[in-house]
Amino acid sequence: MLYTGSVHTVGEHIDTDAIIPARFLVTSDPKILGSHCMAGLAEDWIARVHEGDILVAGRNFGCGSSREHAPIALLGAGIPLVIGHSFARIFYRNAFNMGLPLFEIGDQVQAFHEGDVISVDTDTGIITNQTRSATIQCPPIPASMAKILAAQGLVGYVKKRLASQA
Amino acid sequence: MQMTLAQKLLQRHTNDAITQDGQIVSCSVSVVLANDITGPLAIRSFLGMGAKKVFDKDRIILVMDHFTPQKDIDSANQVCISRTFAKEQGITHYYEGGACGVEHALLPEQGLVQPGDLVVGADSHTCTYGGLGAFATGMGSTDIAAAMALGETWLKVPASIRVEYTGRMDPMLRAKDLILLLIGKIGVDGALYKALEFGGDVVDSLPLEGRLTMANMAIEAGAKAGLFACDAITQEYCAAHGGLIVEAIGPDAGASYEKTVTIDITGQKPVVSCPHIPGNVKAVADLPTIPINQVVIGSCTNGRISDMRDAASILRGRKVDPHVRCIVLPATPTVWKECLYEGLMEVFMEAGCIVGPCTCGPCLGGHMGILADGERAVSTSNRNFKGRMGSLQSEVYLGSPLVAAASAVCGRVAGPEDL
Repeated sequence: MLYTGSVHTVGEHIDTDAIIPARFLVTSDPKILGSHCMAGLAEDWIARVHEGDILVAGRNFGCGSSREHAPIALLGAGIPLVIGHSFARIFYRNAFNMGLPLFEIGDQVQAFHEGDVISVDTDTGIITNQTRSATIQCPPIPASMAKILAAQGLVGYVKKRLASQA
Repeated sequence: MQMTLAQKLLQRHTNDAITQDGQIVSCSVSVVLANDITGPLAIRSFLGMGAKKVFDKDRIILVMDHFTPQKDIDSANQVCISRTFAKEQGITHYYEGGACGVEHALLPEQGLVQPGDLVVGADSHTCTYGGLGAFATGMGSTDIAAAMALGETWLKVPASIRVEYTGRMDPMLRAKDLILLLIGKIGVDGALYKALEFGGDVVDSLPLEGRLTMANMAIEAGAKAGLFACDAITQEYCAAHGGLIVEAIGPDAGASYEKTVTIDITGQKPVVSCPHIPGNVKAVADLPTIPINQVVIGSCTNGRISDMRDAASILRGRKVDPHVRCIVLPATPTVWKECLYEGLMEVFMEAGCIVGPCTCGPCLGGHMGILADGERAVSTSNRNFKGRMGSLQSEVYLGSPLVAAASAVCGRVAGPEDL
């Protein structure tokens, strides 16, 4: 799958309370959660984001709580994938389980700037920065995660497995 | 193979032979946990998977602790989803209302988790049970839904960091200080994807409740689990909580660690984690005068009876500063009653505290003690992220119950020696 969009950058150690503050966790509706995405960073952050924009994050993105509402809020905000220096482990599992691919690229995140237009091929792991005419080859998505993504997330994956056992 | 505690605990739950860290193994789970925030999502995923019955109605635990007592219509509706599911599935361990306590204080106290167990919970502080010698880790709701349906989950065998605490412990130092010192030293991603294995003379003699406090905050260093051996102290605790007879479990001598971190605590005084990240740890004595508006004593980190006794030891015969609201939330109904019977409630009320129900409430900015713009709190909880307890313009300092209670009396960030 090829995604093209404008980059939004966030810093390091962005916690899940920043991605979606606890006071909004009284629903699991993606659109409602998406409308408050990053409200713990800046209340008006979401106003600058358009459908299809791509998030580029610093180290340890998604640290803190296990709330799956965090990847749901990102998807609900129209963000199809996240590129990061590194990810907190619960967030990492949750993102793939919800069908949100993550690309962990270490210090190479510094090559991306707010407003850059980039395209990401989630099958090959090739990221092209169109604004700066640069290309990065990411490590492929681990096979165990790719299987989950192929089923649009863990719900679809387990559904298939349960159906095959029946 | 000489095994770390993480390897040994996981090996008990998988048919795959664990030969190295990084290996992905399929494990059977002992206990699956969710709360009022994460439960409804897990249930939606469970039904979406086409699952009909949970794998074992006695091994699913649902605790409605985060927004209890239900703070608004939406949170009350969320509880209804879990309550209906629990009834339909015949879930044995469903906690709501007066039976409810903060999950990670409640489960060990009720003997619902044992050493050697593999516990997965839709709450990041599930790692608390590492204090009992269980492999316990937080996951998202959909992973938990899969575990509820299948009774198993996949896990990557984590590399382990051995943490040795040595030296002589100051009488005012607590488990909270020990774990904050580690997080300050290695950083909030210092143990990312890894297991922390605690040892050394200091933790070998640490009471079980202190071990739970330390394991609770392993996630604040990014860790997958924070593990303690199951020893005589653990065995005594398990016998007193649920009457469980358990075997000792420890790592093998000669097991292979990614690294060993040694922390000598001789001469160490109480610390706090300063805003807005748990790794920003400083000695209380090194701070300037920092006025505060609120103190919270409670949570899954420090809401147990030993914590309440610590807080009361400071507050007895003293008054909370008139500019501070000091909120005391015993973590479980049993702790609440112990406070009552031991006379601690009288101490708290005479000191001018607000004593509330067993709830996570203010820790996550849910309710029962929310900070205004520019307000500042000292809390015994585990996170001080920007906006965690309310306004994005508020600040949270994390410390032990001794530090929190002393701060309440002084009206500023203070330690027991400032009284």
